[in-house]
Amino acid sequence: MPPTDTSHPDYFHRVVDCQWACPAHTDVPEYIRLIAQGRFTDAYMVNRESNVFPGILGRVCDRPCEPACRRGRVEDKPVAICRLKRVAADHKDEFHDQLPPVPREKNGKRIACIGAGPVSLTVANDLLPLGYQVTIFEQFGEPGGLMRTNIPSFRLPQAVLDEEIGAIVGMGAELKLNHPVKSLRELLGRGGFDAVFVGSGAPKGKELKLPGREEGAANIHIGIDWLESVAFGHLKAIGREVLIIGVGNTAMDCCRTSLRLGAAHVKVMARKPRQFFKASAWELDDAEEENVEIIVNRSPKQFVIEHGKLKGMLFDVMEYDIDARGRITAERVAGEEFLPADDVILAIGQENAFPWIERDLGIEFDKWSVPKVDATTFQSTRPEVFFGGDAAFGPKNIIWAVEHGHQAAISIHRHCQGVAVTERLAPGVNLQSRKMGMHEWSYKNDYNPVERRLMPHVSLKERFKKLNIEVELGFTAEQAAAEVQRCLNCDIQTVFEAKLCIECDACIDICPTDCLTITADGDEADLRTRLRAPATNLEQALYVSAPLKQTGRVMVKDEDLCVHCGLCAERCPTAAWDMQKSYVAWPHAKDQPAKCQPSLPKIA
Amino acid sequence: MTFIPKPKVRHPSLPRNALGLTRRDYEGVLSTLCAGCGHDSITAALTEAIWGLSLEPQNIAKLSGIGCSSKTTAYFVGGAHGFNSVHGRMPAIAMGANAANRKLSYIGVSGDGDTLSIGLGQFCHAIRRNLNMLYVIENNGVYGLTKGQFSASADVGTKAKKGEQNQQPPIDPVLLAMSLGASFVARSFSGDKQQLVPLIQAGLSHRGFALIDVLSPCVTFNDHEGSTKSYAYTREHYEPVVNADFVPFEREIVADYAAGESLPVMMHDGSRVLLRKFAHDYDPTDRVAASAFIQERQKQGEYLTGLLYIDESQPEFHDVNGTPDEPLNSLPFAALSPGSQGLRKILSRYR
Ligand SMILES: Cc1cc2nc3c(=O)[nH]c(=O)nc-3n(C[C@H](O)[C@H](O)[C@H](O)COP(=O)(O)OP(=O)(O)OC[C@H]3O[C@@H](n4cnc5c(N)ncnc54)[C@H](O)[C@@H]3O)c2cc1C
Ligand SMILES: Cc1ncc(C[n+]2csc(CCOP(=O)(O)OP(=O)(O)O)c2C)c(N)n1
Ligand code: SF4
Ligand code: SF4
Ligand code: SF4
Ligand SMILES: [Mg+2]
Repeated sequence: MPPTDTSHPDYFHRVVDCQWACPAHTDVPEYIRLIAQGRFTDAYMVNRESNVFPGILGRVCDRPCEPACRRGRVEDKPVAICRLKRVAADHKDEFHDQLPPVPREKNGKRIACIGAGPVSLTVANDLLPLGYQVTIFEQFGEPGGLMRTNIPSFRLPQAVLDEEIGAIVGMGAELKLNHPVKSLRELLGRGGFDAVFVGSGAPKGKELKLPGREEGAANIHIGIDWLESVAFGHLKAIGREVLIIGVGNTAMDCCRTSLRLGAAHVKVMARKPRQFFKASAWELDDAEEENVEIIVNRSPKQFVIEHGKLKGMLFDVMEYDIDARGRITAERVAGEEFLPADDVILAIGQENAFPWIERDLGIEFDKWSVPKVDATTFQSTRPEVFFGGDAAFGPKNIIWAVEHGHQAAISIHRHCQGVAVTERLAPGVNLQSRKMGMHEWSYKNDYNPVERRLMPHVSLKERFKKLNIEVELGFTAEQAAAEVQRCLNCDIQTVFEAKLCIECDACIDICPTDCLTITADGDEADLRTRLRAPATNLEQALYVSAPLKQTGRVMVKDEDLCVHCGLCAERCPTAAWDMQKSYVAWPHAKDQPAKCQPSLPKIA
Repeated sequence: MTFIPKPKVRHPSLPRNALGLTRRDYEGVLSTLCAGCGHDSITAALTEAIWGLSLEPQNIAKLSGIGCSSKTTAYFVGGAHGFNSVHGRMPAIAMGANAANRKLSYIGVSGDGDTLSIGLGQFCHAIRRNLNMLYVIENNGVYGLTKGQFSASADVGTKAKKGEQNQQPPIDPVLLAMSLGASFVARSFSGDKQQLVPLIQAGLSHRGFALIDVLSPCVTFNDHEGSTKSYAYTREHYEPVVNADFVPFEREIVADYAAGESLPVMMHDGSRVLLRKFAHDYDPTDRVAASAFIQERQKQGEYLTGLLYIDESQPEFHDVNGTPDEPLNSLPFAALSPGSQGLRKILSRYR
């Protein structure tokens, strides 16, 4: 194999599994170490740099980082990365003085954002410090998008939303609430905006057109509209028997909200077996803890109406053949079942919809009425119009919306400064040794075998008393102190210098997880079979050194299960291995090269 | 050394031996040797080999003298018995222990100083008695523990760290053992586990005294230019001549060797050692010819390595002395003590 090119910025970035999996590339191990040192505000700011809403995301993030976490492969449970984010947010001090300064004199460019969801707020967050004037148009009376209208307050308290949205609005965004944009033609025609960003979300809940839908309409609700009505206080009650159709995350919020509005029995109806559920495992757990019943293999057939009123629903009972790889190969109807219901909530998905965008503005849509948006620049086919968040490629989640916002802000910035949106600054990685002395590192390298801490919850008796009692209590100080020690510091990289190695095998012998091998070179497939421990995880890279001096063999490291204990570097007599912290420079609008920076006036 | 112990966490798909244990279960305490010491690599090879044989830790006795090398018995198979004797006296302790309990696997670890300087006499007599044990010399040409003075294995002309040259001829443990009638003689290198691990397994299966002289560079006092025991020098001058592939007795011999190049040797416990020769005319069962060949190559500055001599037919200490099969501590009191009547009878023989 050719020696691994570790100067490619992706190489060390990939080793930090959580950071690589995070759409916004949050420097997770760095903030966890800061929490371990009790530096909560600094930990919060490291988060905020990438993900903008640490308090919100520390509660409700989809956390793609956790299934990626190396600890989950070494043991079985990943580090509670998301919960620790909340620890930083809950314990931070005053942080507003650490926000990026906003210049008093503006750069003369004005940006319109449509919708005040997380994506538009991120665009504002990134552009305000560069001197842009940002106006956000929001149809509702409160900012936050689905975070406000759909994510129930027992998962995400209003106060947390207010604080983090407030920080951005406080940077000088002009927030126009109760301002639905009814015509993009009109907004563009008005003039005065150098760029328009569409962050209007995916607001249309999917319908279920079955017999009885119209007659039963009064008791059949579209999940996201229903949650919105509850959030705004328009709806305060629901029937005793409730059926939720669908088993995604929206369904989980609908069932738990129903329980808080007076439902006695709530059943979530799934078409397929459990392994095909879309909802996150922890959301399912939380719903089941509240005695929500999840019923599998029921396909909705008909709304049953009696005397003009909904009585319940008829389902086909499904059977599936599943092959060895877990795929459905055949399905059939094995019978029918009626379930009584006072109300039915449809939670089977959402779509984006743009009735307010005229189709002759030069903004192209495909045949499903989805706008054509560039996946890197977020530019539409009309150069000054950009899309992001759920509006761009359909419903995703908050952390994706944030990353879309960062990328769109770069494009808007470049567009406004007259440089190509496509020639973006590439990501980079900086390395810095963590060696302090002979056997001393400026990080805690000892492996701590402590197990994942469990989130304490408000008791089942208490939590239903009010709609907005936050169920998760947050980690106690002791829990946080233990959980931070589970992080393996994957950003403290093992960096090898082949010309120093004398092939003494010390590193090979000491490595607790058998990551290292010195062996004859070969191609990757062959090398993977000749290592100290099988390297079967093909998603994880092999590091292969240049030929070693004494024998011409190569040092091979399987990155998969390295616990970053630094013992290889401690044992190495020649310091051929060193432990170095990788800083992933993931460029934002403020980092774009000088030629695209506006001449910034005085800082306020 | 490292300052934190090797954490217990391990690769989830590490193989398990017949006892269901992984090689991590055969480790000992944290090594305090210098980082990069050859001795630590030998410790790793011992760990791997013993794990591979599925030996039960409580059936192993580790013995050593004094020196960095002699410290290493603490660093493998934490659950085994162990004895650190005074300098150069490990063979006497091994002798006594083995006489009292022949059921254990005896593993002696010593240094070139411990064996060839202060302990030379004891070493020779253990070979003469064909004591059933594995005897590993971790040979670095210096007294590492006392800061790098030349030992009895230092070559003429080799340079110490500060530049002075050794003038006295070395004692080669391999040639010495051959001349004393040893039944299993091997040489290897700490940096070549592929060769060393099966040699250790063969040595442990051998009935009688199994000597493995392992070249084991001292990174701190003997790894400089001008030293004939450095990593670089050893790599340039060591020459595998007969590798031993160890085949546990339940397994078939599957490897395919060119005719005349491989020689299977049946061990007493039913396992086999497949000798794989690199030099056509070398015969590891002919003591005289093998010795001549080794000396010949030594003159040319080459260390021959591998299983240099083997004789499975030689009786070991217990065979010669007709001792009981069972450990003394398991014999009934009556069998151990002649009683006052018996004692009187014995004494009367000397009146
Ligand atoms: C029930 C539910 C639960 C969810 N739970 C989670 C979760 O736990 N974790 C997670 O990460 N994600 C969750 N999501 C997804 C997440 O909320 C969205 O992906 C995210 O909010 C998208 O952000 P956005 O800014 O693109 O759009 P949105 O948040 O949808 O914001 C769009 C905003 O634009 C406004 N708007 C729309 N059209 C106009 C117009 N013409 N004029 C003016 N304003 C307009 C809307 O009122 C809204 O405020 C959930 C979604 C739902 C439906
Ligand atoms: C009776 C006695 N004499 C001298 C010493 C001092 N001493 C300790 S270790 C050692 C030499 C060890 O050399 P070696 O056996 O080669 O081990 P190494 O440290 O090189 O592995 C000596 C001379 C001693 N401990 N006891
Ligand atoms: S840091 Fe070094 S010794 Fe520790 S697990 Fe990784 S490769 Fe092995
Ligand atoms: S410990 Fe250092 S010198 Fe020894 S093999 Fe490993 S990298 Fe090479
Ligand atoms: S002094 Fe030499 S022999 Fe002793 S531990 Fe250090 S390197 Fe090994
Ligand atoms: Mg020595």
